[in-house]
Amino acid sequence: MSRDDYEIVMGLEVHAELSTKTKIFCSCPTEFGAEPNTHTCPICMAMPGTLPVLNEKVVEYAVKAGLATNCEISRNSKNDRKNYFYPDLPKAYQISQFDKPLCEEGYVEIDTKDGKKKIRLERIHIEEDAGKLNHDEFGGGSLVDLNRAGVPLIEIVSKPDLRSSEEVELYLRKLKSILEYIEVSDCKMQEGSLRADVNVSVRKKGDTKLGTRTEMKNMNSFRSIVRAIEYEVERQIDVIEDGGKIEQETLRWDDVSGKTFSMRDKEDAQDYRYFPDPDLVAIKLSEEYIENIKNSLPELPESRKERYLNEFGLSQKDANTITASKYLSDLFEEATKICGNAKAVSNWIISDISRILNETEMDPIEIPFDSKQLAGLVMLIEKGTISSSIGKKVLEELFENPKDPEEIVKEKGWVQISDEGAIKEVVLKIIDANPQSVADYKAGKDKAVGFLVGQAMKETKGKANPQMLNKMFVEELKK
Amino acid sequence: MNITDLTVHELQEKLKNKELTITDITRAYTDRIKEKDPEVQAFVTILTDEALKQAQEVQAKVESGEITGEFAGIPIGIKDNLCTKGIKTTCASKMLENFVSPYDATVIEKLNKENMIDLGKLNMDEFAMGGSTETSYFAKTKNPWNLNRVPGGSSGGSAAAVAANMVPWALGSDTGGSIRQPSSFCGVVGLKPTYGLVSRYGLVAFASSLDQIGPITKDVTDSAMLLNLIAGYDEKDTTSVNLEKKDYTRALKNDVKGLKIAVPKEFFGEGINEEVKSKLYEAIEKYKELGAEVKEISLDIAQYALATYYIIACAEASSNLGRFDGIRYTYRTPEFKDLKEIYKKTRSEAFGPEVKRRIILGTYVLSSGYYDAYYKKAQQVRTLVTNEFNKVFEKYDVILTPTSPTVAFGIGEKSNNPLEMYLADICTVSVNIAGLPGISIPCGVDSEGMPIGMQLIGNKFCEETILNVAYTYEQATKFRENYRPEFKGGVK
Repeated sequence: MSRDDYEIVMGLEVHAELSTKTKIFCSCPTEFGAEPNTHTCPICMAMPGTLPVLNEKVVEYAVKAGLATNCEISRNSKNDRKNYFYPDLPKAYQISQFDKPLCEEGYVEIDTKDGKKKIRLERIHIEEDAGKLNHDEFGGGSLVDLNRAGVPLIEIVSKPDLRSSEEVELYLRKLKSILEYIEVSDCKMQEGSLRADVNVSVRKKGDTKLGTRTEMKNMNSFRSIVRAIEYEVERQIDVIEDGGKIEQETLRWDDVSGKTFSMRDKEDAQDYRYFPDPDLVAIKLSEEYIENIKNSLPELPESRKERYLNEFGLSQKDANTITASKYLSDLFEEATKICGNAKAVSNWIISDISRILNETEMDPIEIPFDSKQLAGLVMLIEKGTISSSIGKKVLEELFENPKDPEEIVKEKGWVQISDEGAIKEVVLKIIDANPQSVADYKAGKDKAVGFLVGQAMKETKGKANPQMLNKMFVEELKK
Repeated sequence: MNITDLTVHELQEKLKNKELTITDITRAYTDRIKEKDPEVQAFVTILTDEALKQAQEVQAKVESGEITGEFAGIPIGIKDNLCTKGIKTTCASKMLENFVSPYDATVIEKLNKENMIDLGKLNMDEFAMGGSTETSYFAKTKNPWNLNRVPGGSSGGSAAAVAANMVPWALGSDTGGSIRQPSSFCGVVGLKPTYGLVSRYGLVAFASSLDQIGPITKDVTDSAMLLNLIAGYDEKDTTSVNLEKKDYTRALKNDVKGLKIAVPKEFFGEGINEEVKSKLYEAIEKYKELGAEVKEISLDIAQYALATYYIIACAEASSNLGRFDGIRYTYRTPEFKDLKEIYKKTRSEAFGPEVKRRIILGTYVLSSGYYDAYYKKAQQVRTLVTNEFNKVFEKYDVILTPTSPTVAFGIGEKSNNPLEMYLADICTVSVNIAGLPGISIPCGVDSEGMPIGMQLIGNKFCEETILNVAYTYEQATKFRENYRPEFKGGVK
């Protein structure tokens, strides 16, 4: 059988760090990047006798996430202990949720090439993050950093509805954009604040029974997720084709070798001995509480997209790209408000800004310039102060060293030549230098004008006003 | 005048009348500890110098008028599972032999605010697991009434220190009887408050849904006073309950007329020592004399409380004690190959057999495949037990039972028979299972001169009722005036 005879079935467990100011069970800050063990206290270090107190913001954020993904919100929920030993887990149990998660039975819609598809969510629950082990540079073993211990997480568990690595990527991007819109997580994948466990199985097309799955843990870049899935699917199909059986196991994806490795042997099969945490009282949510959160939800990407189609006349594709990121979408709206030219702003975002983001693997939130500066760029072109090709250079400069575009143009001497005399001088010079093109034009090849304009732009290092050039070439050639 | 013989309210009186100074009192206690603790072995850590120094400072501040509180300079002893900043908190375990807490438990903060003087940390069963204080890693505390007997447990050090006049009062903790049973064995007053009345923050957890901190005192008045100091909502413990502050001493009315007392026959059946029974019946007669209405009832469900208790308590303990893993503040095995060996060897070497037994039991009942049959079932029975008690309190004010089926047993007598040891908790555990308040007060001695305890159980947050019922009996019988540890060869 060939690969095409198999169907891939995947489900994701996505962990998102919530952007609350303080940890889930104590008042230590959640900020990333501090000196080891400076954001700790007796509670998150699990000193004997300490007790957790649930941060209400965590519940609020999780409910927000649930409502934004069409979940049922549980009126009665609770915290459970997940028991296991590891040095980054100071209590030897993680406070999580087992059988009564805060949110259940939701869905997220993705736009596949075959149209819209609903990816169902099984649940969203709250839990605490563990600390981090750093390997001692002096070879003395591992050092425990508990700054991250107790940072609040939501775990979003999908049903096995994903059928390809493209769908997985679309789903993840959609989730990321929703969480950003409702401002419950900053979703910085490089800092690990958004990471996914991917469950992969394959089955022969037409089979109704699910194949045995493997789980790849803690993936935190779209690129490695896609690569890992491709690899793992091939591996599973190869095993089956060779008459073997897939073992249910946890795998680690190695980005360097491009392979998955088994993480634990079966002897270590974990029994987490979940039970309700007796230190915490049940979580009871009133209708009013849920209603208030519902009313406070901001406009979500779907609705923004509709608005962009109707209000600004953007294409479906452009509206999709812009609304995928709350940051880009905000940038678009704010810049449009300032300069009044939605089309131009969206063009910049879709083409050059997106290209630079891709090339530099930058997240939109890291864009160093603001909406005012982008609007300034659009207006400079509109006014004819610079050409759009100079505009591209200004944009690059905005990424490098963001300031007022007008100032950039002035400093660099990029002001467009719109003086008729100066333009005429260039036009005449180019006509003289290109008799063949002139002859072509006269012979009826209108395209020759384009070539001449290009030459003139080259001559002026892109500073000449292209519309004026065009007009003047035609005038001169008709003489 | 024998200073260490006085109750706290008597000490307060003497301080007020300037018959005694704070340093006189503290000195009397540190001297008494020096003299008697080698025999009784109630302390894990003795703070003689610290206490004397602090007494001088508090004395000076009181004299200068800087502080005026009525508890300033009153000494106290603390069970060694309550975290005290800068002072070792060992839980009587090798695991925490050198653990110094970086913070104070909420109850300790409250005592410190009153400028009370900490005389030291008191011995206990390891991690509060046991009923005899024999599982302590450090020493076997002796019963001051008979040095060959156990003081009970787990707060055995606290009860023995109060009984031997080495502290005027002490704090203990009670998960299944750990305040009441040693109080009964040592002839003192022990109160386990309603679950949620006292903050557990800083109490090293044994079983989180059952643990409560409470006073061990010489009389009921002191018990009410110490409860006043430690009760109250704490935002650091979400299981503590936000109620209006009460003055429990005002409940001591010395009057039980018309009060309804229930006597559940199941607590007077098989396994309860005859002498214990007969003293309890005398107490019941006394209450009738004092005008209370006493009726026998049936509390059938109580027979399941002990099994329920050991499942829930061990399950929670197995999780609570996971943090003692050799990674941070605990003992760590000196030699290991890898991480797994750190865990295995550290925990094998530093936990005693009783703690291991309970961790294994608890791990078992939470394991997949067994959870429903044990832990879940136990939680269901727990609800039934609570409901049955609620029904009784619809008709009665107080439930009266023995605190323990026997008087204090001999050292070593039960330490090789854990099941028999667990049966010693049969009268006390249901109170924890239902989250109710219970007090043990002495109601006589047996033929060998060992004290017998009576337990009074109240409805949730009705500490005032049981304190008054206990006080009225105490005033009528004057146990402390009639019986002393030295009565038949105990500590003089």
